[in-house]
Amino acid sequence: MRLFKKRPYISLQKTEAQNGPQVPDGMFEKCPNCQKPIYVKSLGKARRCPNCHYTFRISAQERLAITVDASSFNEWDTEVTTGNPLDFPDYENKIAKIQIRTGLREAVMTGEARIGGHETAIGIMDSHFIMGSMGQAVGEKITRLFERAAEKNLPVVLFTASGGARMQEGIFSLMQMAKTSAAIKRFSDKGLFYLTVLTDPTTGGVTASFAMEGDIILAEPGALVGFAGKRVIEQTIKASLPDDFQLAETVMKNGFIDQIVEREKLKQVITDLIDMHTYPTGKEGDHDE
Amino acid sequence: MSNAMDIVNQARRTDRLSMKDITTGLVEGFIELHGDRLYKDDEAIIGGIGKISGMPVTVIGNEKGTDVNESVRRNFGSPHPEGYRKSLRLMKQAEKFNRPIVNFINTSGAYCGVEAEERGQGEAIATNLFEMSNLKVPVLSIIMGEGGSGGALALALADEVWMMEFSIYSILSPEGFASILWKDAKRSSEAADLMKLTSYDLKELGIVEKVINEKNNDQWIDKQLLMKQMKSDITKKLNELAALPVEYLLENRYQRFRNF
Repeated sequence: MRLFKKRPYISLQKTEAQNGPQVPDGMFEKCPNCQKPIYVKSLGKARRCPNCHYTFRISAQERLAITVDASSFNEWDTEVTTGNPLDFPDYENKIAKIQIRTGLREAVMTGEARIGGHETAIGIMDSHFIMGSMGQAVGEKITRLFERAAEKNLPVVLFTASGGARMQEGIFSLMQMAKTSAAIKRFSDKGLFYLTVLTDPTTGGVTASFAMEGDIILAEPGALVGFAGKRVIEQTIKASLPDDFQLAETVMKNGFIDQIVEREKLKQVITDLIDMHTYPTGKEGDHDE
Repeated sequence: MSNAMDIVNQARRTDRLSMKDITTGLVEGFIELHGDRLYKDDEAIIGGIGKISGMPVTVIGNEKGTDVNESVRRNFGSPHPEGYRKSLRLMKQAEKFNRPIVNFINTSGAYCGVEAEERGQGEAIATNLFEMSNLKVPVLSIIMGEGGSGGALALALADEVWMMEFSIYSILSPEGFASILWKDAKRSSEAADLMKLTSYDLKELGIVEKVINEKNNDQWIDKQLLMKQMKSDITKKLNELAALPVEYLLENRYQRFRNF
């Protein structure tokens, strides 16, 4: 009977705002290690998970802020740009997009700064820039870092973070391993101090060149450190590998890292090490000739 | 199949001119020296001393092996860290006795295995590069077949790098390159074209100084004849490099790589 027919209702769309409490974007981050949501502010300046103590990967800018003395940084070689030596399709576009996203020109930032009052040449790699891969621009900036530090008699502190070679630059990427190593050898022969800090991840051609050439090699807890990728090795040997394979802690046990230092203590340890390589004249390297 | 991939396949053949051929047919009175003095002897690399045209030299090179048993023993020419450490020991020894060094490279790369990682594959290669950049004797490296990545470079930080006509030198195998960039190892042929890994491409890019012809009028040159020609070229180059004052030699080597 028409009399009792249900009238059509206007359906109201539920909006997202009505679902539970409102949380602004960027307040929580998921820990990549323990998978728990973490209130961003509880990560602190050092960006470590309060739950499992996982050390988050950080940008070069963040690293700089927690490492050098306030407003002491003078950036070097900002004009060194990425070329496209193999005419790799779409490579320039990819670089341009990543430059905008990261605010960096390339996967390493170099310059001069004071650390705990000591004048130091510093290089910081950033894994957010095409996995911190090394192409000509990265190799050139690192080479100049050591050449200029050698001229100025400065120690070098280098934070490594890299997936290895920049595939798009092919053989030229490989040549950077030789170029940087040769510059470090000359720097080292002047009696100057080179401190490497291996951060997550340090692998491939970077491990097989300047990352392993430090006078002292430190690493952050839980950093992945190795030459070949874990998946490549698993495919080669046709077996799966334990979770701690290539963790900095394991690599230290195997004898290739001097010490693992928690991020909160890193600046102090770096300062102390530079201090112990500073001669009474106040200038590093003056004992040489 | 692309032309570049044809060359990749040629470069991988096990009947190519090998390190064993070199130590018997090119080097006079070769004496093999084993071991890195730290862990063991890596048979993926043969090293020792001998003479080339009467000049004492240190020769080092990858050997992939000819039959299955030998190939397994030699790990198909892919060194572990002890292989690089043996090479460095022999190169430092050459420096002490003022002998030029000739390296013959034929490896798909440094071995990617658990023990290689545990014993510091990265550190071993890094140390070779660091030390080779300043060896005070002439160093000549020749890519014989495959020149795969850091594992090849660890013997190729030299005053000059030459390539056999049908050899390759690259950051990674075309298969690996395709699987990293496009997640598809089957596109290796396309990758090979893009990578510029052939001797002529690399000569044009200035990565190597010389290409050693392997064919004459489209016929493969006989191995003995080929080695005779190589020996004459190597002798000439070593004499030329040995005549340079050490500072020039080292500065030229530095600039050679500085320009890349």
